[in-house]
Amino acid sequence: MVKMSGAQALIEALKRQNVEVIFGISGGSILPIHDVLYDSGIRHILSRHEQCAAHAADGYARASGRPGVCMATSGPGATNLVTGIANAYLDSSPVIAFTGQVNTFSVNSSYMIGRDAFQEADIIGITTPITKYNYQVKSPSEIPRAVRLAFYIATTGRPGPALVDLPKNVQTEVEEMEFSRNVEVRGYKPKTEPHPIQVKKAVKLLLEAERPIVLAGGGVIISKASPELLELAELLMMPVATTLMGKGCFPEDHPLSLGDVGMHGTRVANKLMLESDVLLAVGTRFSDRTTGNIDEFCPDAKIIHVDIDAAEIGKNVEVDVPIVADAKETLSLIHRLLIYQLKKQENSPWFNRVKELKDQPQNETDLGDCDLKPPLLIKELRKILPENAIVTTEVGQNQMWAALHFETHKPRTFISSGGLGTMGFGFPAALGAKVACPGCAVVDIAGDGSFIMTEQELACSVLEKIPVTVIVLNNSMLGMVAQWQRLFYKRRYSAVELGKAPDFVKLAEAYGAQGVHVGSLKEFSETMKKALKSEVTTVIDVPISPEENVFPMVPAGKGLKDIIERAG
Amino acid sequence: MMKEQNHIISAIVEHKPGVLYTVANLFRRRGFNIESISVGPTEQSDLARMTITVKGDERTIEQVVKQLNKLVDVIKVSRLDPTSIVTRELALIKVRALDTKVRSDVINYADIFRARVVDVSSESLMVEITGTSDKIDAFLDLMKPFGVKEVGRTGITALSRGVKSVKIE
Repeated sequence: MVKMSGAQALIEALKRQNVEVIFGISGGSILPIHDVLYDSGIRHILSRHEQCAAHAADGYARASGRPGVCMATSGPGATNLVTGIANAYLDSSPVIAFTGQVNTFSVNSSYMIGRDAFQEADIIGITTPITKYNYQVKSPSEIPRAVRLAFYIATTGRPGPALVDLPKNVQTEVEEMEFSRNVEVRGYKPKTEPHPIQVKKAVKLLLEAERPIVLAGGGVIISKASPELLELAELLMMPVATTLMGKGCFPEDHPLSLGDVGMHGTRVANKLMLESDVLLAVGTRFSDRTTGNIDEFCPDAKIIHVDIDAAEIGKNVEVDVPIVADAKETLSLIHRLLIYQLKKQENSPWFNRVKELKDQPQNETDLGDCDLKPPLLIKELRKILPENAIVTTEVGQNQMWAALHFETHKPRTFISSGGLGTMGFGFPAALGAKVACPGCAVVDIAGDGSFIMTEQELACSVLEKIPVTVIVLNNSMLGMVAQWQRLFYKRRYSAVELGKAPDFVKLAEAYGAQGVHVGSLKEFSETMKKALKSEVTTVIDVPISPEENVFPMVPAGKGLKDIIERAG
Repeated sequence: MMKEQNHIISAIVEHKPGVLYTVANLFRRRGFNIESISVGPTEQSDLARMTITVKGDERTIEQVVKQLNKLVDVIKVSRLDPTSIVTRELALIKVRALDTKVRSDVINYADIFRARVVDVSSESLMVEITGTSDKIDAFLDLMKPFGVKEVGRTGITALSRGVKSVKIE
């Protein structure tokens, strides 16, 4: 037992969790914590908007696999975190948020929680549906356990965000503290071991399968199951499609890789998914963006669904073999059981079909008079970037071009807002990723609409010396919305034209970053190479045609078979 | 379409502020319909039992149970087997009763249903009745012609019969 203030207890508890960095903004109700933070040795990165603090913590978590921490003051500070927390919740990312709160009591009773005090918001109520765990501490001595539970719950089972709300008087009051390692929570017992009977059923299905396919989601990355997935896929000569969240869990230069499946999945992945007879789905929640019309999804396939979250099984798709367990443990067990019973088939008809489809030329791009086509640019980017470079994306066309054309080879090198689809996520997430992996090049593939939403973080990037590269695919449009209007709303461009503002080069320069306009692929390539060596963030403004579409595309509500491969 | 019917779910939860909000919020957000919910302390002072009646098909109920299980403050969730449970509900019913004829009719019916008159005023009687929801419905139907002024129902609370129990060791 040791006597200290709530604020000191928080920082001590964070150190015990090996927290090195906090992204945040200060404010009235969190001052006591910032005061202790001042000479604590923990790095505080001053974001310019709390939403970005949460996104940066998220990017940090996704790039490193360690929990990301963000902090904000009460009221608007806390509510500004909400988009970032919801984003982390939908993509199962361990973001831990600390918020200041008004006093629980005061001599002047108008300053109590529940009295609508200045900068009071019910952040516990607001974040209940978007956190895995949240808690408002009522006395300082509760802090060590609240922090321990927040980290434990956020990082185990299916990860997700946690929030601890800290009333100001609780930060300043002094109490006896006990720091233990005990994380017993009677209502939370994540289970990781697969049920042997279900695994046997899965093995039997896979043995009998003629056209097995894997759908790998973000769970594969979270559970570090990439080596096991590769081993199993190669043993069965079984092609692997990924969801947007799973991108990177299987090397996309591998002959069995099909790329992403779904609304903007590859032609090969969407086709073969429909032809399969056994689907091994791992760490995916069968989002509507992945499956298209659920009634037409994998009509002939028996489905094996491995997920650590029992509630995901049977939620969207009815499955034949449910396995509630960790992906890594399950895949390795399936592999162990299969290897004795199976002869590797190099030239099965199914693998030949995979080869045949993969060898067909994929949606070539019509170059026209300009070579600044996003797919070509992104392929060029892949050639320039080292293997361990991290790409983040914004949301919209930029994201889907990146998903389709940025060949990803390693887990945690492709970071994107999959579930919530948060425009403005990519840039702050890139900063978080760079802080987590300072040795890696980090590039945000952005659109002009998205980048404008969080561009103020250029200030953070320059002053905190976190150099990244932002490629703005600039069509002066909310491009994806415009694409839908082009295809489904008779080209009535309602509320999508952003015009030629701002000048992104001047914008970057205003913050002390570098800005470059490029007019050709060659110029892009040269600029990009320079940007990688730059000690300051570079914004590359790339004009692209506002008429550009992302194809292939499965229209919303349609089945994967209704894929549109090109315009017209 | 699978058949929609009422299911009774018994959940042992942390007995602390905010838990009812969390549970109710889950139902709202996922679009599950609560027919009734009753909450009260259990034999362990730090635990509460929520008895939730939900309308839905088999798949919905399975989701309800799984989603409830995910909540950190929910410790144990069970679906009660309708063939071997005891369910009870309590209702307070205020009936218009201006003359003695009506009064004695209400009191007679109450006797038959083993209900009790718990309050009397010059214009009304208040009856307390306990039993299954069907029994209460039937009694309410009988009271309607007299003029039901107010009804308060607790919602169902339920336990499994016999040695089986939803309990935390």
